[in-house]
Amino acid sequence: MSDRIADAFAHARAEGRAALVTFVTGGDPTPQDTAAVLDALVEGGADLIELGMPFTDPMADGTAIQLANLRSLGAGTKTADIFAIAGAFRQRHPLIPLILMGYANPMIRRGAEWFAAQARAAGVDGVICVDIPPEEDAELGPALRAAGVHLIRLATPTTDVARLPAVLQGSGGFLYYVSVAGITGKQQAAQASIEQAVEHLKSGTDLPIAVGFGVRTPEQAAAIGRVADGVVVGSAIVEIVGQHGAAAAPHVKQYVGSLRAALNAKEPAR
Amino acid sequence: MTVPNPLPNSLRSQPDDRGHFGQFGGRYVAETLMPLILELEKEYRRAKADPAFEQEYQYLLRQYVGRPNPLYFAQRLTEDLGGAKIYLKREELNHTGAHKINNCIGQILLAKRMGKTRIIAETGAGQHGVATATVAALFNIPCTIFMGAVDVARQQPNVFRMKLLGAEVRAVESGTATLKDAMNEALRDWVANVHDTFYIIGTVAGPHPYPELVRDFQSVIGKETRAQMMEAEGRLPDMVLACVGGGSNAIGMFHPFLDDPEVAIVGVEAAGRGIELGDGHHAASIAGGAPGVLHGNKTFLLQDEDGQITDAHSISAGLDYPGIGPEHAWLHEIGRARYVSVTDDEALEAFQKLCRLEGIIPALESAHALAALEKLAPQMGKDQIIAVNLSGRGDKDIFTVAKALGVEI
Repeated sequence: MSDRIADAFAHARAEGRAALVTFVTGGDPTPQDTAAVLDALVEGGADLIELGMPFTDPMADGTAIQLANLRSLGAGTKTADIFAIAGAFRQRHPLIPLILMGYANPMIRRGAEWFAAQARAAGVDGVICVDIPPEEDAELGPALRAAGVHLIRLATPTTDVARLPAVLQGSGGFLYYVSVAGITGKQQAAQASIEQAVEHLKSGTDLPIAVGFGVRTPEQAAAIGRVADGVVVGSAIVEIVGQHGAAAAPHVKQYVGSLRAALNAKEPAR
Repeated sequence: MTVPNPLPNSLRSQPDDRGHFGQFGGRYVAETLMPLILELEKEYRRAKADPAFEQEYQYLLRQYVGRPNPLYFAQRLTEDLGGAKIYLKREELNHTGAHKINNCIGQILLAKRMGKTRIIAETGAGQHGVATATVAALFNIPCTIFMGAVDVARQQPNVFRMKLLGAEVRAVESGTATLKDAMNEALRDWVANVHDTFYIIGTVAGPHPYPELVRDFQSVIGKETRAQMMEAEGRLPDMVLACVGGGSNAIGMFHPFLDDPEVAIVGVEAAGRGIELGDGHHAASIAGGAPGVLHGNKTFLLQDEDGQITDAHSISAGLDYPGIGPEHAWLHEIGRARYVSVTDDEALEAFQKLCRLEGIIPALESAHALAALEKLAPQMGKDQIIAVNLSGRGDKDIFTVAKALGVEI
């Protein structure tokens, strides 16, 4: 079976640009409205989609995604809705990689094997679990790998040389570099520190490196796209959904389109 | 036949080297925090092996906290209940009025060792916030306390105390605006300030090594109780009893007795308005919860079928938490400790009874242990002994109690 995540990064690379990875919270503003938002991401030019699983206690997230979690749960979103959203997305978009991102407790509640099987059946390509570090891999990693679903790990500015191999062990899909030590949606890291970090990560793995946290403007995206294989944008999109609710899709499409255009632009001559 | 999970030779040797108590505990944190958690563990091992660290800790407990506090024979309460002989471990006599200071002294010494220049903490009732603000003042380190907005409203005296002590108090509006949300917000702050900030967690929860180190610092309660009981009665108690929210006062009392099978161990959870009423009405994680992952560890949690954390309720802000320390979860699972629960109303009754019979105003948290005591003591013989941890004093609760009793003050 071909690997949708690897293919998406290869496709972007072949076009001489970084892949655009976009995040929205599933079920925000309601489970029914999410499909249109996901389609808007794709139409705007996203290469990979991260679908957030809402959780009552999103302790690694800033205000924007916290509120999205509350909106989603307030609309009655259940785990079954998330898998239904994912499965329907896979029907409409056979080639776009779909990644579930969230916290451990909703993922392991019915057992890791159950979760991995559901993800696989829904056509999910990868899972990012914020609060399961390599040290607790047994909680979820083996079940996902057995089901052929990538466990995508996070590396951060505090992940030093000694620790990187542990992070890479058992990780797949791509490596998500969290460019700031902090929560989602806050400040962006200095470009120089991102370049240095990506270089350091590249020396340890052949996995594509996607950089995220605090990326808001097309200019920021373009700058990161020049050094990384992928750029992740989340909070800024989630804020648009928060602002426009059920009517968010065209706004999301326009914004994502501006990010993609910036990534498409050829590198300025030096 | 092989035993799948043989118990260790000593029940006091947990957690394992990866921070697990059986299936519970562990380190479920974002990658950003992992290196720091590992460094904290290393530094804690070094501190434990350093006689100077222990010496300074003991000095401060004695000269600043006022330890050892008494193990007091509660004669009138004993006569009233008509069963086992009741001793109260008087943690409420500590400086700052609760057991929380024991842990804060230990952790601020660790913060100092690690060269950290900023302290953060979460607080529910405000007792841990006050204790943290106290040691931060003592050591001249700036300190920010995260407290749920609901708790800020119901624990105003403690909010003012923290401010007097020089701490910044941040009211947390997110989620249910109680202790769990204060902890979320403290974790968010920590992850953004890992380079200079030490997080003084107030209970035996959080990622390893917190449940272990908080327990070790609180174990002074049980160690003193043991020695004082030997002196008073020439033997160990038949039962030790303590209230459990996160469970730091309880584990401090229980841990030194884990390897004494003749000592029954009973923890008391908050049943709020009644466990039978379901989610949102109680705070009894063991009686009404299931295993899951929150705030860095695996333990019993109040949660729905999708793993969403459900609201806890207790009249006592300090017990109003949807989880329990992982070592308690393990002690429950292996059957070494028994966990019972009492309602808001029962705790209120016990609160008043101790005031009248012994002239001691207990914290509402501790009143939960006293309410369980009223059920347990009469079932035991007069030759038997129960040691109850009186974890805090109730001055902070008089407004809550007055309101519950329909009294205006």
